[in-house]
Amino acid sequence: MISLAQIPIPLIKIVVGLLGILIFIGLNGLACVYLERKVAGHIQRRPGPFEVGPHGILQPIADAVKLVAKQMITPKGADPILYWSAPIISFAPAIVCFLPLPFGPSLQNISINIGLIMVLAFSSLNVLALCLGGWSSQNKWSLLGAARDIAQSVAYEIPLLLSMLPIVLLTGSLNLADITAYQGAWPWQWLVVKQPLAFIIFFVCIFAETNRAPFDLPEAESELTAGFHTEYAGMGFGLFFLAEYSYMVVGCALATILFLGGYQGPVAPGWWWFLIKVYGLLMVMIWVRWSFPRVRFDQLLNLTWKWFTPLILINILITALVVKLI
Amino acid sequence: MLDTTLDSLDLRGDFYTRNFQPHPSENRLILNMGPQHPSTHGVLRVILEIDGEYIVRAEPVLGYIHRMHERMAEVKRYEQYLPNLGRIDYLHALAWNWAYVGAVERLMGLEVPKRAEYIRVITCELNRISSHLLWWGAYLLDLGAFTPIMYAFADREIIMDILQRITGSRLTYCYYRFGGVSQDIDDKFIEQTKELCKYLRPRLKMYKDFVTDNIIFRKRVEGIGIIETEILRKYGATGPVLRGSGIAYDVRKTKPYSVYSEIEFDVPSYELEDAFGRYLVRMQEMEESLKIIEQCLEQLPAGDFILPKAPKRPKPPAGEVYFTVEGARGEIGVHLLSDGSAYPYRLKLRSPSFSNLSLFPEVVKGTLLADAVSILGSLDLVIPEIDR
Repeated sequence: MISLAQIPIPLIKIVVGLLGILIFIGLNGLACVYLERKVAGHIQRRPGPFEVGPHGILQPIADAVKLVAKQMITPKGADPILYWSAPIISFAPAIVCFLPLPFGPSLQNISINIGLIMVLAFSSLNVLALCLGGWSSQNKWSLLGAARDIAQSVAYEIPLLLSMLPIVLLTGSLNLADITAYQGAWPWQWLVVKQPLAFIIFFVCIFAETNRAPFDLPEAESELTAGFHTEYAGMGFGLFFLAEYSYMVVGCALATILFLGGYQGPVAPGWWWFLIKVYGLLMVMIWVRWSFPRVRFDQLLNLTWKWFTPLILINILITALVVKLI
Repeated sequence: MLDTTLDSLDLRGDFYTRNFQPHPSENRLILNMGPQHPSTHGVLRVILEIDGEYIVRAEPVLGYIHRMHERMAEVKRYEQYLPNLGRIDYLHALAWNWAYVGAVERLMGLEVPKRAEYIRVITCELNRISSHLLWWGAYLLDLGAFTPIMYAFADREIIMDILQRITGSRLTYCYYRFGGVSQDIDDKFIEQTKELCKYLRPRLKMYKDFVTDNIIFRKRVEGIGIIETEILRKYGATGPVLRGSGIAYDVRKTKPYSVYSEIEFDVPSYELEDAFGRYLVRMQEMEESLKIIEQCLEQLPAGDFILPKAPKRPKPPAGEVYFTVEGARGEIGVHLLSDGSAYPYRLKLRSPSFSNLSLFPEVVKGTLLADAVSILGSLDLVIPEIDR
């Protein structure tokens, strides 16, 4: 028997951290479902869920039970291994994305000096999952959704990566804790003031990354019925759903850390400031989804290739010059 | 071009699937859009041949909701057929009511009282607004905006409540009778309608601010689905589809029936020829309808709401008549052939959606899948009306 003292401390930290992250993802999924449905309801002049529990507060749990209890169907002719691994591939990297995020001054699971790159690397695995899911379901609409997703990822990944470079140039670090520490407590000390253009481009690209309206092209239910997850039922769909919400939180958390000062706030800095900012941005994402029509596919490509990429390149150039000169 | 060698023993799919010949290129994909697709608005099926997301060929397949309305007319008495009319186009039911009732009246030479004519105009225009409102919401749903349909339905609800009180139904109206209408309108109806007009104008302005001027929406409709005059003429398109291409043809103006000649209103038309032109026409038409309703309420004469000596069970003399009215989707025509008995000998229904859909394959060629949805939505199709 190995005693408890023999287990290396980092391992314990990671296991505890992963457990915490899983709980957070689960709770966040429930909170987001409720938030989304309630906000959508009020935007559309209806009360939203109201039956299960007071003000429909238990609705997400009812939704989850329904999803878990549903039969999982593999379509005829689908490749079962690829088909069922896709939701897992979609969901699993989301957990890793949470590891280097500093939720509070001492609430960072692993403080590594490539934190930013790690988040980006794992969050782009989602594209692979969507591609596999769409391709293996033996459905033409799913295939179209998968094809759209690949093209979309090529379009948004580059401006997304480039929009973070000015921050890295300014702070001189890829460690998310260092980037947070670089910024001050007050809003005018946040990096969004120095890099407004980068923030806008980053935030718009997050919409594309998480497949949210107005860039929900891989799902596009009025065009592709349900896009890549047309054939998924039960928890297969549920995992895609959970992954989407997790990536939304990862994206908003990155925006908070890079541009909005992370966990720092004017009074009593701590994890609550982080959560307030993250959910504030989430509200904006939900608000946008229920307000705008969907863009067309080539319009998204035009926007990212012809506008965002040149603009952000100029932005990087100017930032680099300013950093060098001062 | 029936190919008997192709899968002649394989009976998978139906006639259309088996005989829709793919292009001899490997990059093409045959895609079934519908009959259960969210943006075909019912049970329309379009077989698409696509190259990537570009549409090479599109072929609508009809008949999924064919209910033999024309045949039913031949086995029912004239008055028994009335409820059928509300079910042909469920969105602008009163226009179909009117087309049939008007045809029978012309055959019999019935003179409709002035008050009844005004009531018909008011209710028909109310129904037109509710139809356009639903189209507006559904079209934006096609384009990926979820919220407008909720607003449209909230407004439409008020119109349905108003019409419910006097017609007795909310959707499939059967209100017009030979020689008038089934029930007179009362003060409450007039009051409610006036309030509605006051309420709807700012709403329509709000819709313009939020939707019509939205940049994403503009990019999705401007220059999309350009329909030239030649195609319109070839397929006999009518209604907002025609007026969206700059031809101000409206039955209410060109062949005025009822009291439309006494009412001042414009026929909006835009030279844009694209989906945006058709959108603008419908948005403008709602305001014109409000104008018509307000004028009619002012000029509403007293008198009978139905011709007192109008026969309940008509037996029109032998003859032939063709009567057209302007529906929300275009020119609605009823061609009635009578042999003097209590049953129509033959009834032909000309539905505008059928003609408007017919030009879809030509317009959609070479566009993206997302644009096809936009074009299909901009034609404002009601599938039961196409199949009848």
